[in-house]
Amino acid sequence: MKALVLAESAEGKIKKTSLEAIAYAHALGGTVTAIALGTVSKDELAGLGKFGAEKVLHASDPRLDHPVIGAYASVLEQAFAQENCDCLVLATSSIGVPAAAKVAVKTGAGFVCNVVDLPDTSSGFKLRKSIYTGKAFSTVDLSSPKKVIAIRKNAVTLKETGGVAAVQDFKPALKETDFNTNILSTEKATGEVLLPEANIVVSGGRGMKGPEHWGILEELARSLHAATGCSKPVSDMGWRPHHEHVGQTGVKVAPQLYIAIGISGAIQHLAGVNSSKCIVVINKDAEAPFFKAADYGIVGDAFDVVPKLTAAIKAAK
Amino acid sequence: MKILVCISHVPDTTSRINFIDNNTKFDTSGVQYIIGPYDDYALARAVELKESSGASVTVINVGLAETEPTLRKALAIGADDAIRINADPSDSYFVAAQIAEHAKGYDLILMGRESIDYNSGVVHAMVGEMLGIPSVSPVMKLDIEGDKVKMAREIEGGKEYVEAKLPIVAGCQEPIAEWKIPNMRGIMSARTKPLKVAEPKATEKAVTHIRYDLPPPKGAVKMISADNVEQLVQLLKTEAKVL
Ligand SMILES: Cc1cc2nc3c(=O)[nH]c(=O)nc-3n(C[C@H](O)[C@H](O)[C@H](O)COP(=O)(O)OP(=O)(O)OC[C@H]3O[C@@H](n4cnc5c(N)ncnc54)[C@H](O)[C@@H]3O)c2cc1C
Ligand SMILES: Nc1ncnc2c1ncn2[C@@H]1O[C@H](COP(=O)(O)O)[C@@H](O)[C@H]1O
Repeated sequence: MKALVLAESAEGKIKKTSLEAIAYAHALGGTVTAIALGTVSKDELAGLGKFGAEKVLHASDPRLDHPVIGAYASVLEQAFAQENCDCLVLATSSIGVPAAAKVAVKTGAGFVCNVVDLPDTSSGFKLRKSIYTGKAFSTVDLSSPKKVIAIRKNAVTLKETGGVAAVQDFKPALKETDFNTNILSTEKATGEVLLPEANIVVSGGRGMKGPEHWGILEELARSLHAATGCSKPVSDMGWRPHHEHVGQTGVKVAPQLYIAIGISGAIQHLAGVNSSKCIVVINKDAEAPFFKAADYGIVGDAFDVVPKLTAAIKAAK
Repeated sequence: MKILVCISHVPDTTSRINFIDNNTKFDTSGVQYIIGPYDDYALARAVELKESSGASVTVINVGLAETEPTLRKALAIGADDAIRINADPSDSYFVAAQIAEHAKGYDLILMGRESIDYNSGVVHAMVGEMLGIPSVSPVMKLDIEGDKVKMAREIEGGKEYVEAKLPIVAGCQEPIAEWKIPNMRGIMSARTKPLKVAEPKATEKAVTHIRYDLPPPKGAVKMISADNVEQLVQLLKTEAKVL
């Protein structure tokens, strides 16, 4: 199998989820070529060899610093054809998935999303994917000769195996029509840990009473190098930005550790967090449904427990 | 302006998921079906545009006969007519090909950012590609200005403001509009609004579902006293090994 992997970057660094995609492609057993778009340093790209990329194509056109779906799809398709690949692997993301979906249409490849495991190739090509927003899994057979696979976080364990990848410039032919959406401006929360990528998430619900009380959550998050999340009503009321909303109709997270504070544990919220390795629930109501989905629980007032927890974490460092 | 809204017919978000027939079939017993929550946002925005600028709104679903009440609900919310493509919708590429077949001639094709059953978030991109028009998702704000659409799109950790020329496909999410609840007049008039059934165009399916399974049940929760948070930190380090 010859795999092409989309290596997405944020502020010049390849995302951890894309490193997982490279490791996944490597585990498929064939050759792995990664492709990076926009401004990224050659050293960063050569380092992708550690995770199993033999070659890295770099489309450094600065117009690709912005995630334009049409342009990304066009670059991916051209690299896929040039390298004569039969499989495109990527991490689930807001640019990768739609761009890859277009590549699937252009190349006639079958597409499976939200893949959680390596394929079973003992008969056919079977992939296990998350369905019903994390409430269940389906095993599907992907029968097309060309394949597009979008993986979820933690589909493989990341370990450094290889060496240095050969980095080559890649100059795709980009047409005017590839940039058929015009980016007017971008608003970005910088310097924070991104929620979909985070190893630890500290999330708050309506039990936090108001946006003015988020300071104690942010401090806990800082002490753990964690991202902050929230329940839907919290973002609906504008206490927190929309992109922090976790759950069935928000971000689906799969961190090592999810700490839920003042969140009742409605089924729609649980659907977005039940792939977390470990869940800690802090709630003043011992009957809160979230405790049933938790590994560790503390019954107590968030305004009392959270500062104590932050102090204990700092002390244990 | 002609708007097409693509509606998936999915289990209510509070549904517990179970499987039958040796884990090869979804257990529909006791399950309530709804308009996909994101598709509901798309429909609400379409109805707002209809009210503010006199657009026409058609809803389309790829599904078997049991999805018709869901389409009627969309008509009750304010769509003018409905199309049902009579086929099982389990492969995104197949669904996209069916929608693309009927989507020509529409100025604005609105979908949800993702369906909540097989949720892939790919149908909008595929339909855009098949029709050769831009697709943008997830869209949190959408306004028409002449032949242009101005949108706010969510990106990892932020927002991006984008503009494109009609026609386009957009995958919608909140807060693009408030969900609408059908009123009595809507429900009455929905009964007589046109609902056309079309047979699917032959399309190869690359993906077949073989069997399903559920996440393993959680072990019992370990409760820790609020006066002993140090113990929690210790357990997270040594037992759960996540710190
Ligand atoms: C179609 C649909 C989709 C939805 N999608 C989502 C989704 O994606 N994500 C999501 O989160 N929700 C979603 N919801 C909403 C969901 O049903 C719940 O309403 C929501 O999750 C509740 O949020 P909450 O736990 O913050 O608030 P509440 O249910 O009000 O719970 C607050 C909790 O805080 C506790 N508390 C109060 N004070 C304190 C204190 N001082 N210290 C500690 N604990 C305290 C209370 O005991 C309570 O358990 C959806 C709903 C629908 C209908
Ligand atoms: N069976 C279907 N019929 C009509 N529209 C659909 C169907 N499935 C998905 N869609 C639309 O495509 C969007 C994205 O779906 P998906 O790619 O499956 O996550 C949904 O929010 C719907 O608007």
